[in-house]
Amino acid sequence: MCDSCGCGDPQVVSVDLHQRILKANDGAARHNREHFDQRGLVAINLMGSPGSGKTALLEATAKASAGRFKLAALSGDLATDHDGERLRAAGIPAATITTGSACHLDAAMVHHALHDLDCQERDLLFVENVGNLVCPAVYDLGQHANVVALAVTEGEDKPLKYPVMFRGADLVVLTKADLLPYLEVRLSAFKEALAKVMPAPAPILLSARTGEGLEDWLSWLDRLIAQRRRHALHAARA
Amino acid sequence: MHEYSIIGALVEQVEAETRARGGVAVHGVGVRIGELSGVDCELLASAYEIFRPATICARAPLTIERVPARFNCGRCGRAIAAGEILRCPDCGGEARLSQGDEILLMRIEMEVH
Repeated sequence: MCDSCGCGDPQVVSVDLHQRILKANDGAARHNREHFDQRGLVAINLMGSPGSGKTALLEATAKASAGRFKLAALSGDLATDHDGERLRAAGIPAATITTGSACHLDAAMVHHALHDLDCQERDLLFVENVGNLVCPAVYDLGQHANVVALAVTEGEDKPLKYPVMFRGADLVVLTKADLLPYLEVRLSAFKEALAKVMPAPAPILLSARTGEGLEDWLSWLDRLIAQRRRHALHAARA
Repeated sequence: MHEYSIIGALVEQVEAETRARGGVAVHGVGVRIGELSGVDCELLASAYEIFRPATICARAPLTIERVPARFNCGRCGRAIAAGEILRCPDCGGEARLSQGDEILLMRIEMEVH
């Protein structure tokens, strides 16, 4: 009620907040990250366009990394369990998140899906996001690193068209490298476009078909795992 | 079109904050959206219009403050224009985004008794 004269008119106040609109998702992501850290699991949010080769990258990773590290995966799609089937056939314990109409995964979806996935004794959890260069970049899932798969067939200008996705990437994997001889794209143009949206791009050129670049990718994963373990050790000491 | 899910989260947040402060109605909502936040302001505004009837925001217009992206060198602080190589031409330091990734609820105009 109006304080000044008691007239009964409602009083409108302006309340300043300055808080993240996605704070509920941020909280769920923090919870996921704690869960991963307690299990010594390094989580990677794997993003990219539909058909950029995300699932093929994971299949090739499973084959090439056998005995080196143990993988698990969550795979997000609007419909079907096709990617989950492919990943399981490649020997990766995998659960599917079917989003219906949602264009991205969020932290709560990942949390629910983790209940269906046995991550015991696993080193790396890949969360294969819905194929999309826009929406997945906005939602923290609790991952330790973002990897974007960009197929050379998609064209050199994609980083400039979708800067938010690439800005948040810790690594860009340029997939389908075996197709480069058939395309009128230049590798230098990919690198230049990435340098305008990422301060330190060091893309890995890779072909899941020929195995080119796979060792660079596995080494990057090794370094990430080692870095997370050092971080966990410091946190435990503190 | 994640703007719908962002509006869903926004309306829930406005409702919770208003109730927590004893507010009975909302007369306006202010948000701040960065150019490189991944949120499209036009889509956000239209999603809000579709979403707000039958919610606490039914009579509350949305004010969107857009924040342009600005980069500075992480080492020497020099401004680096968006669209340029994100390395400092002077010292070689990596550019950092100093503003432009905000997705913030800034203000609620609420009616209290």
